[in-house]
Amino acid sequence: MALDPPAVSFRGLGQVFETRGGRVEALREVSFDVARHEFVAILGPSGCGKSTLLRMVAGLLKPTRGRVSVFGLPVTEPRDDVGIVFQKPTLLPWASVEDNILFPARHKRGSVTQQDRARAAELIAMTGLQGFEKRLPDELSGGMQQRVGIARALHMDPDILLMDEPFSALDALTREEMGFELSRIFEARRKTVLFITHSVSEAAILADRVVVLTGRPGTLAADMPVSLPRPRGIETASMGATHEFAGHLRSLLLRRAA
Amino acid sequence: MSSPDISAASSSAARPETETAPRTKRGSLLLAPGVLPGLTTLVILLAWEGATRLFAIPSFVLPSPLGILAGFEAVGLSRWAEHIGATLRVAMLGYAVSILVAVPLAIVLARSPVLSRALYPILVVVQSTPIVAVAPIIIVVMGAGDLPRVVITCLITFFPIVVSTTTGLMATPPELIELSKSLRAPAWREITQIRLPFAVPYIFSALKISITLAVIGAVVAEFVAAEKGVGYFIQFSTSMFRLPQAWAGLLILAGMSLLLFQAVTLIQKRVFPWSLPKDAP
Ligand SMILES: Nc1ncnc2c1ncn2[C@@H]1O[C@H](COP(=O)(O)OP(=O)(O)O)[C@@H](O)[C@H]1O
Ligand SMILES: [Mg+2]
Repeated sequence: MALDPPAVSFRGLGQVFETRGGRVEALREVSFDVARHEFVAILGPSGCGKSTLLRMVAGLLKPTRGRVSVFGLPVTEPRDDVGIVFQKPTLLPWASVEDNILFPARHKRGSVTQQDRARAAELIAMTGLQGFEKRLPDELSGGMQQRVGIARALHMDPDILLMDEPFSALDALTREEMGFELSRIFEARRKTVLFITHSVSEAAILADRVVVLTGRPGTLAADMPVSLPRPRGIETASMGATHEFAGHLRSLLLRRAA
Repeated sequence: MSSPDISAASSSAARPETETAPRTKRGSLLLAPGVLPGLTTLVILLAWEGATRLFAIPSFVLPSPLGILAGFEAVGLSRWAEHIGATLRVAMLGYAVSILVAVPLAIVLARSPVLSRALYPILVVVQSTPIVAVAPIIIVVMGAGDLPRVVITCLITFFPIVVSTTTGLMATPPELIELSKSLRAPAWREITQIRLPFAVPYIFSALKISITLAVIGAVVAEFVAAEKGVGYFIQFSTSMFRLPQAWAGLLILAGMSLLLFQAVTLIQKRVFPWSLPKDAP
């Protein structure tokens, strides 16, 4: 184990924002590890510092206290092996689906290679976007747009994927569908995933492990493995064990919020 | 003229569902592109012509449309072309220089809060100084030639472009800026590939305002000192009491502004169709 550091490690993490309105303590003493290829869902009330946590892993924010390490190395700046999916797809409205997926490569290196295009085509097929390559984001549904957002994050082939409430802007049905889609994608191509959500059932169905944070300042309230069998699909959603686990998560959250 | 046309076309398309057949026919003919504005113009021209004859209004008070037409013809096409060319040259040169200075300046202002705080008050002072009052001074300082006229045009067109572009550059979704940072891309690419394209709708709304201001700038400069140009021509004709000709110049200026405005709109539509509001066809 000593030879194989966790993909992400939080140690005594604390974050205080000095704002005009005063000090905001977003996180306090958060410590947990995420193993390689593990899918960890993070649950917690709004404003408890979940996004802040992800921004630290991405190297976009330095913790006030404690340390974040990725593959054993403290995060001091953004890394190439971390990809981000945002709550809103935030695509480039002037660029086609294909160009949006190619955007990270083009933005980082200035141009794209034949290989980049081949990878984009592969991702387009994997995320079910065939036939929409040349469409503009405007012409796509919310679900389709978020597929592009996911494909964009996967294009640089990151080891770690940070997903900040990626489906919360979608309607309930599309949201569920996208969840299964995501399961399928990661069944085929394992990644380490940090997945923020407000939905207990989404957490139960998707994750290997669920981390629950308390209200502000966010501290670790619970850290539980999800023992539902894989591969997971529509059947998982209707299983009694899933409902039981989701119910358990919900009561945890409600108790913490009260 | 395109925006009323579009609304007329779309409302006539929506009608047949809600109205009975005979009324639809009459309504759609009236609402066909260009018909309504054309009719209105015709009615106004007829009333104008009639009123000037009926009340025998002297032409230096209000020339009749036919009088203006006669004034237009008296000048001759080649002299018109010369005047229009001169005004257009100054307006377009000033406009172009203005864009070339304003957009980079907006980038600097958007990137540096310190410079922004330092330069903004100066820009506001320049903007709030009446151009008509500054124009004679500029002409005296810079002498004859196009240069002072171009500078005057720049001064009047510059501010809207700087302000609007700066706003646009700052209005980029923060997620994309984070994405750019997380990729550790060079900062200039954040400008060229994210911020500037996102500012395009803002830039164009300023370009539309500034193109008509450019014509005003050129005319103001010609009022002060020039030997050519539509502005100069209007002033000269007025001083000679040739009011029908002055009016003809005025209408040409109005037409020129309108056409230039439409040209900018068309460029946006053709080159940056995605930057238009979504419900526009
Ligand atoms: N850059 C910042 N400056 C000041 N306060 C911030 C900043 N980012 C987040 N916060 C505050 O920290 C708290 C946690 O924010 P966030 O991580 O976005 O919460 P969550 O994603 O769990 O809803 C909130 O109260 C938020 O207002
Ligand atoms: Mg958040």
